[in-house]
Parts: sequence; C-alpha cells; structure tokens
Amino acid sequence: MNSKTDRMVIDQESDLKVVLPGDPIELKKKESLKLGPGLTQTQDSIICIKAGILNHSKDGKKVWVESNQKRYIPVGGESVLGIVTYKGGEFYRLDIGSAQQATLSNTAFENATKKNRPILNIGSLVYARVSSANKDMEPELECINPSTNKADGFGELEGGYVIKCSLRYCRKLLLNENSILSLLKILEQKYEFEMAIGMNGKIWIKSKTISDTIICCNIIKRAESLNSSNTNADEFKRLLKIFR
Amino acid sequence: MVKEFELSNNEKEFILKGIKEGLRLDNRDKNEFRAIGIIFGPEYGRSEVILGNTRVLAKVSCEVIRPYPDRPNEGMITLSTELSPMAFPSIEPGRPSEEEVLVSRILEKAIKRSRAIDTEGLCIVANEKVWSIRVDIHFLDHDGNIIDAACIAAISALAHFRRPDVTVIGEEVTIHPIEQRNPVPLSILHMPICITFAFFEDGKYVVVDPTLQEEQIRQGDMTMTLNIHKELCTLSKAGGIPLEMETIIDCSRIATSKATWITEQIRAALEAEAKKLRL
Repeated sequence: MNSKTDRMVIDQESDLKVVLPGDPIELKKKESLKLGPGLTQTQDSIICIKAGILNHSKDGKKVWVESNQKRYIPVGGESVLGIVTYKGGEFYRLDIGSAQQATLSNTAFENATKKNRPILNIGSLVYARVSSANKDMEPELECINPSTNKADGFGELEGGYVIKCSLRYCRKLLLNENSILSLLKILEQKYEFEMAIGMNGKIWIKSKTISDTIICCNIIKRAESLNSSNTNADEFKRLLKIFR
Repeated sequence: MVKEFELSNNEKEFILKGIKEGLRLDNRDKNEFRAIGIIFGPEYGRSEVILGNTRVLAKVSCEVIRPYPDRPNEGMITLSTELSPMAFPSIEPGRPSEEEVLVSRILEKAIKRSRAIDTEGLCIVANEKVWSIRVDIHFLDHDGNIIDAACIAAISALAHFRRPDVTVIGEEVTIHPIEQRNPVPLSILHMPICITFAFFEDGKYVVVDPTLQEEQIRQGDMTMTLNIHKELCTLSKAGGIPLEMETIIDCSRIATSKATWITEQIRAALEAEAKKLRL
C-alpha cells in the first residue's frame, strides 16, 4: 500500500495531468464526487486504471481519464448509437462497439407496454442511453429518459449517415466545449442539420439533401483534427470552402 | 467475436442514394481513384502503398534454388499475401478467408501469369541454379480495394528491387554481395495494374476504387488487369451480378486511362527514389 505522501494530489482547479495505470490519486475536493472512465475506487482511495490525461469538469465534481481509444467501455447514463443485430421476443441486441453486445428491452421505450412494443429491424440505427453498465454483465440500454419517462430524442434514427470519431472528440462535443460549439453554429447557419452524438465514437448526421449531409459529415470529421488554437471561425470557414 | 464494421441500414441506404446521385462520401467522382502514395525503402524491394486509408506493404526477397526439372532455365516468383486482423478486425488469423484467397489468386494471375517478370532472366546455370523471387504482401489497413493497392505495391516493389550480381566462370558461380558490386534490377517486361469496379443496382451504377463501405453494399465487383500499352492481362469477376457487354466495355475504357495514370505515378515515384539515391 502506498503511503499518503506518494499519492498524486490533484487540485480540481489546477491544470491537466498525465496519469498511468496504478497511480493513486487524491483529490482536494471530495464532496459529491463522480468518477468517470479510467478511475476506480478501492475503499477510501482513488486509483487510476488507464493511461491518459486526468480531466475534470469545471465545478470539479466529475473526474475522468481521457485517452484516445477505439474500444468503447459502457458507462451508465451515457448516450450511444447502436445497430440492431438481433431481434428477440423480449429484447433487442445492439452493437454499440463495446466488447459485449448490449441489450435493449422491448419495454424500455416511451409508452411501451407488453402489447404495444416498438418495431425495430435488424440493421436499424438506435440512439439509446446506457441504463446499466457492469463490468461482469452485458450492458443494458433504454430509449427513455428515466426521470421523465419520455423519449427525449432517444429511439430509432431514420435516414442520415454515421461518422466514426474518436471517443475523446465525441465527449468534447457533448460537453459543449465552446470552441467546437461555435463552429457548429456557423455550420448550422449554412446547412440545416440534425445530429446525434454517441459516446461510443459514432455521430449520426442528417441534413436535407445527400450532398449537404456529406458536407456536414466531412466538416465535423475534419474539425476533430483542429486543435484548440486554431478552432476559430476563420479556420472553419476555410473548411467550409474546401468541402463545398 | 463481434463482427465489426457492420453497416446500419441508414448507412447502406445513404451510400446507395449518394451513388445514384453521383455523390461519394469522400467527394470523389464515380470514376475517380483515391490519392495514391508510394513510399520506398529503406532497403531495395520494399514499398508501401497508401490508397486513401488503405495501406499495403510489399517486400521482395530472393534466394538461389534448384529449378523444376521441366523448366530448367526459368526462375521462380512466389507471391504471398497475408491479411491479418490488423487490417480488419473481423478477419480470423491463421485461416485464409475467402477474400484473401481471391486477392492472392488475382495477384497471381496479374503478376505471374501475365509474365510481368522475365523468369528466364533469373536463370544462373540451367538445371542447376535459378533465382527465386518472393514477394510478401502485408495488408496494414483495410479501407476497401485492397487488390488494386496490393498490385501497385507488388509491382512497384519488384521494380524497386535489386538482386545481387552473379558471375559464372565455367562451373563456378560467384554471388557478389550488394556491398561489393552494384546489384542488378529485375527485368520487368510490363507493369500490370489492377483496376477494381463495384456495381450497384444490377449494374446500373458503376464505381471505381470502392471504399470499404461501398464494398460492403455492392452487388458485384470486377477487377481488370491491364498495362500502359492497353493490353488486357486478366479480367476477373467472381460471382455477383450479370453484366451487360456495354458496361464491361465502358469499364475497360475507364480502366485503360486509370492504368496509364497509375503507371505514371509508379514511374514518377521510382524516379524520385532513384534521384534520392544518386544524391
């Protein structure tokens, strides 16, 4: 067991830090803390289980380790894009890019009952929420917001196209990071589009026409490689010009 | 193991609609190839080809062996392809998949059977010693059209390859190491280039150089092998849909211009490499 002095003390207001698996981590703020991917709790200490950069939310209440990986590890509460691979009597099985396929119960939809169940076909694209993710069990999905029992945008997606991005980029987009969000706003003025971001590295995009969708897909994909220093409007306008 | 890269119905529909409108996801025209990059070296006979996101590595090596008794004055060329899970996660290691068998058969036909390499020039002493040239082709990343990329890699690696010089005095054969005497290039009679087409909607829509997604929804495919002299070496069409004669003639027209374009790129890359070595 490491002594207290060996522990990496992290102030949630300080800069980002590189961590390695096995690093014990001590956080300054301990109240109502939420541990994200890459961190685990053993009794009263927090240990890092992934190599990457230690990130935290602005209020310091959420902490997670970020690295560029392709394999999605389901975490409860995250939104994902899945493809139906199996249709059973009671549930569907969806490929969400995790090690195991996820299950989606027939009754986990808005207004669904045993008799009134939604019809999904094999190959359908579904935007769902991870309701339970246990490392020893298959992940479970649901297409309702548990607090309101409404669909809230979850459910089958029609039309459009899916692009694959890094998990890091998807997280950035969902966290509404200002630099990227402002870019999307510029894009929105030019092309009307819908978007569903899955935390499993998949983004669904649908615009009015095929060519508009292709442009949006290419631009959003390219925006990933823009680093924070050049995610300004000019750079983005340059991208718009390239793909038009 | 979960089969990955399975496309959803939305994506399939979208790609098909795009092709019908003449739009492809990477802003290409239906008759346009992706950008080709050829990297040689560091040693002779090694070339890496980048075709969009597809990456293929070819490495040529040689050894002296005894020829087959029925062909005493002909050298040998062996092509070996390896499609590993590194290129595509759903590939099972150890067992050659159907795709791999098809790829290696097409390459064999394209390079060996079209007599691209002068095998008689590989003879050292008839009935006794000939060169055996081996081309190892590794698929590093699979984003569709691995046949064309592998063919470019193999032929450019062969063109880049130099074998040790040999002198024969009476019965005595001396092989000069590369360090002692300038190695000699293989005699390449012509450069066969594979051009792959994908067909959609019963052959109504034709697309050249399909990406992985396009390959997954195509109804049929056809690979033409030809050289810069507009000589058709092979035409292979393994299953899929029946095609009109006109479609095939149209394809061959596209293929001839593409083959010329690709050959020029290979030559330019070889020249640039030769220039680098001279400096």
